[in-house]
Amino acid sequence: MIDLLAAADVIADKPDQVLVGLKAVGAGLGYGLAAIGPGVGIGLVVGNAITAMARQPESAGMVRTTMFLGIAFTEALALIGFVVFILLNFA
Amino acid sequence: MIASNKDLTELKSSEPERLIVADLVKRGLKIAPIWILLAGLIWGFDGAASAAYGLALVLANFVMAAAFLTWAGRISPAVLMAAALGGFIFRLIILTIAVVAVRNLSMFLPVPLGITIIVSHLGLLTWETRYVSLSLAHPGLVPDASKRMKGQEKK
Repeated sequence: MIDLLAAADVIADKPDQVLVGLKAVGAGLGYGLAAIGPGVGIGLVVGNAITAMARQPESAGMVRTTMFLGIAFTEALALIGFVVFILLNFA
Repeated sequence: MIASNKDLTELKSSEPERLIVADLVKRGLKIAPIWILLAGLIWGFDGAASAAYGLALVLANFVMAAAFLTWAGRISPAVLMAAALGGFIFRLIILTIAVVAVRNLSMFLPVPLGITIIVSHLGLLTWETRYVSLSLAHPGLVPDASKRMKGQEKK
């Protein structure tokens, strides 16, 4: 209870510093959470591409082409999280 | 000359990532002057520099992804899986370091940099996907297939 009161005093004394800290925490959390989805997505894309290549080795070139594009599109989600991180931290 | 399906299959199965990324970089370099000029008109010199840096980061990201996958594809599917996931994390770390390293420069503007990263990444991919989907659906319609075939014959 005393700790909470002390924390409330710090927040009241230095609201700007607390805001900067919270922004940094939010940016880090946002970036990390935004990377989870693409990680799962890339795993699915590559896993299914490998299954397809194992079933039809003669179409490996086409599968790898679409796999590469799929990975790049999935990665765009992580890049959006990255841009939010940049904007929160440096804007 | 329209290339035969067999030739195209051979062409496509020989490291297609390299062909795709070469196309992406070519198109990125084509749009770069226009995009940088546009950013310069909106945000000034600093905005143009940030947009150029963002575009360079996106193209470097594509090149790294293709290099990882091409290298891993030569070894085995298991390494391909590891390279795809490991490469994703590695490239995010490199991007973060590349941006954090320049954050204190006077010409660093986060807004044009961020917009450039998202728009150029998605725009170039969409552009490339239209081309690839056409060539996958109708292999004889690959625009420069005959040139590539001639190049391979000379080798």
